[in-house]
Amino acid sequence: MKKKVLTVDDSRTIRNMLLVTLNNAGFETIQAEDGVEGLEVLEECNPDVIVTDINMPRLDGFGFIEGVRRNERYRAVPILVLTTESDAEKKNRARQAGATGWIVKPFDPAKLIDAIERVTA
Amino acid sequence: MDMNEIKEIFFQECEEQLAELESGLLKLNDGDRDPETVNAVFRAVHSIKGGAGAFGLDDLVSFAHVFETTLDCVRSNKLEPTQDVLKVMLRSADVLADLVSASRDGGSVEESRTRGLLKELEALARGEMPTGGGAAEAPKPAPAKAAAPAPVPAAAPAPAPTDESGFQPIPFTFDGFGADEPAEDLSVFEVSFKPRRDLYAKGNEAALLLRDLSRVGEMSINCDMDQLPAFDKMDPEGAYFSWTIQVKTAKSEQDIRTVFEFAEWDCDLDVKVADSSAEELPMVPVPFDLSILDDGTSDADGDDGGAAEAAAQAVAAAETATNVTKMAAAAARVEKKESQAAAAAAAAAANAANAANAANSAGQTIRVDLDRVDRLINLVGELVINQAMLSQSVIENDTTGTSSINMGLEELQQLTREIQDSVMAIRAQPVKPVFQRMSRIVREVADMVGKSIRLVTEGENTEVDKTVIDKLAEPLTHMIRNAVDHGIESPERREAAGKNPEGTVKLTAKHRSGRIVIELSDDGAGINREKVKQKAIDKDLIPADSNLTDEEIDNLIFMPGFSTADKISDISGRGVGMDVVKRSIQALGGRISISSRPGNGSTFTMSLPLTLAVLDGMVVTVAGQTLVVPLTAIVETLQPEASAIHSFGANQRLISIRNSFCPLVDVGRILNFRSIQANPVEGVALLVESEGGGQRALMVDAIQGQRQVVIKSLEANYTHVPGIAAATILGDGRVALILDVDAVVAASRGQSLRQDSGMKADMSLAATG
Repeated sequence: MKKKVLTVDDSRTIRNMLLVTLNNAGFETIQAEDGVEGLEVLEECNPDVIVTDINMPRLDGFGFIEGVRRNERYRAVPILVLTTESDAEKKNRARQAGATGWIVKPFDPAKLIDAIERVTA
Repeated sequence: MDMNEIKEIFFQECEEQLAELESGLLKLNDGDRDPETVNAVFRAVHSIKGGAGAFGLDDLVSFAHVFETTLDCVRSNKLEPTQDVLKVMLRSADVLADLVSASRDGGSVEESRTRGLLKELEALARGEMPTGGGAAEAPKPAPAKAAAPAPVPAAAPAPAPTDESGFQPIPFTFDGFGADEPAEDLSVFEVSFKPRRDLYAKGNEAALLLRDLSRVGEMSINCDMDQLPAFDKMDPEGAYFSWTIQVKTAKSEQDIRTVFEFAEWDCDLDVKVADSSAEELPMVPVPFDLSILDDGTSDADGDDGGAAEAAAQAVAAAETATNVTKMAAAAARVEKKESQAAAAAAAAAANAANAANAANSAGQTIRVDLDRVDRLINLVGELVINQAMLSQSVIENDTTGTSSINMGLEELQQLTREIQDSVMAIRAQPVKPVFQRMSRIVREVADMVGKSIRLVTEGENTEVDKTVIDKLAEPLTHMIRNAVDHGIESPERREAAGKNPEGTVKLTAKHRSGRIVIELSDDGAGINREKVKQKAIDKDLIPADSNLTDEEIDNLIFMPGFSTADKISDISGRGVGMDVVKRSIQALGGRISISSRPGNGSTFTMSLPLTLAVLDGMVVTVAGQTLVVPLTAIVETLQPEASAIHSFGANQRLISIRNSFCPLVDVGRILNFRSIQANPVEGVALLVESEGGGQRALMVDAIQGQRQVVIKSLEANYTHVPGIAAATILGDGRVALILDVDAVVAASRGQSLRQDSGMKADMSLAATG
């Protein structure tokens, strides 16, 4: 069965890149535009792994990760953070919120797939 | 979708982000301190950087990176967004926009500009306040020059991984594993790995990490299960196992640590080079069996690897750890089941509420291909015509006036009108993007001429047809340049006149009686009427003894060949005068006027139709043909009296209107509808103003009425007809031609009907049929 990835990113460009990369790699991809939508979609899509951006309107990545981890059903789903910041402080916050790992932008399809494979069976 | 399409999307998105950025900065400039505004500004730059990085647009990334860093200081309240700070930011936004265009269309941005701003941004981020006035080089000219020859841009091209809190992000790749490494230097590492509870809570898996480790080299593994308590004492989500792994690899310690990159903080990890005696440990090196990771479906496969007991045990333990977490989750699920029905109902209600909220928020949009919208508009146009025809035939055939049919028809008419309005509204867009572009022009021109000017905009959300918006930018740009260059005085002169040295240019848009009215006003010196009049006389535009009202003098600036600036500056000169502005506004079916108050500034008022797909026209009869004359061209209509008609030359005639003579143009003759001139006294004269400002009286036989017509391109459906701008279909189903007033007037001057005119071109653009 195809693995299901939920991506949460407010940038149309990045959303499209994620979609193309993940579909090409044989994943099923569900997309949301910000944290609020991400939490809404989460309930229906039951993803195997989540990839989320940090800087988003309405609900940012930190809030979104906390939201997922509070949810009994999804608190153990691997969450990868897409981040341009290489600064440790942001990553640390993401980790404290419950992120599993991260992918440092600039967006690189190979890196993305590697990272997903590292956290999913 | 391929990369090129995504790149296209990226540039589209950049445009939106840049608009967002600019409007946010302007809001901050006006004293808005809402954190969400700062966030939105930050996000805009951040998004551009993110996308640019993916496409390897390094110039863009490095500039955006520094800009973002400075914005982050504002976001975290380390930097107060004062006017001076915002000045730097606004200029940075301009450079960012230029870098985006350069990336899209090729070309480059002046490096000195970029570098200068980078320095200023970096200084801001360090907490150095700008000295004000926006003079970039003034504070530190020496270092700026010293840095100039350096080929490297001031900022590191990529976000360099700085390490403040002991954490080192490591780019990971498996590409090179086991490849070009020299085979000789195999070393053995001993890895001790003890996950903590948090590791599992964050979605990491010991088994997956071990699988990754197995890819680094040949490994032997030993699982320590001593910590596992009795089952009844066990915390299902606890972490009880630890592993000792020996890895024989050509890779470095760093490569091994990279495997644990994500888990590092939630485990005790120790990697060291094993003693040389380590190899003699009674451990069996095993290939790590990955099949257990396939969700238990391939249990059988697990055996055929010849897995030694130690490995099997280790793997089983890892699996247990995994399963324990799963069990816990399952248990939690069972408990929840009872309340699930209630929860579902609540969720449904919440969803409904969300949907309502979504509908309320103005930000909800969809993207639709323009062609589809135009097709819809076209179809609705047909519907309107069809409905009119239906009404007409009912009236003709049904004299008894069955009330139900009439009522139905009336309702149909109302509905079609509503549909038409709604469909037109789809093409309507706020004027905001154009207005935003103007603020940059004000900044640039003001900088160039050394003036300090503030642009105030109002009614940016006023909507108008997209075509109108697209065509508005050019005349508006020209007028703004004029206002900044000529309208507003220099700061010294303003101060001498007792005004605020900072000038204000105000741009407003509003709807008024079915049209959009755009006003551009400045608080400058106003029009110097003496000078304007003298200029017009010098240029032979008016006779030296003309007696003109103030208003008439003001309007002289719209005359072709008029330019008030003594020397043409490279800002507002460019060989384009206000006459061109007026023409382009007229080509959109609009009108422009000016009012000036000496010492207090001038106001230009433009009134434009909301759409170019329909037109307010006067339906007239000429030699038995029905024509539509655009209402915007008509100044007045009059019934000529025999005494007012004067012959002139061979077959020219003039009409005297209020003591001035105006050429009389027989439309029927020009269009070759008839060969003999009609008797003016039997017809109606339409006084029109045409390109170049001259007035003409167009002779038609009769006026049928005034109505809104749907413009149909004649060129797209038939072929270009000289003197005709477009066509329309009237209520009775007949086709009526829309007169190209400018072309007819030009033809009356003895020129043949031209092949093209501004108006015609615009109509064929607007009409889609």
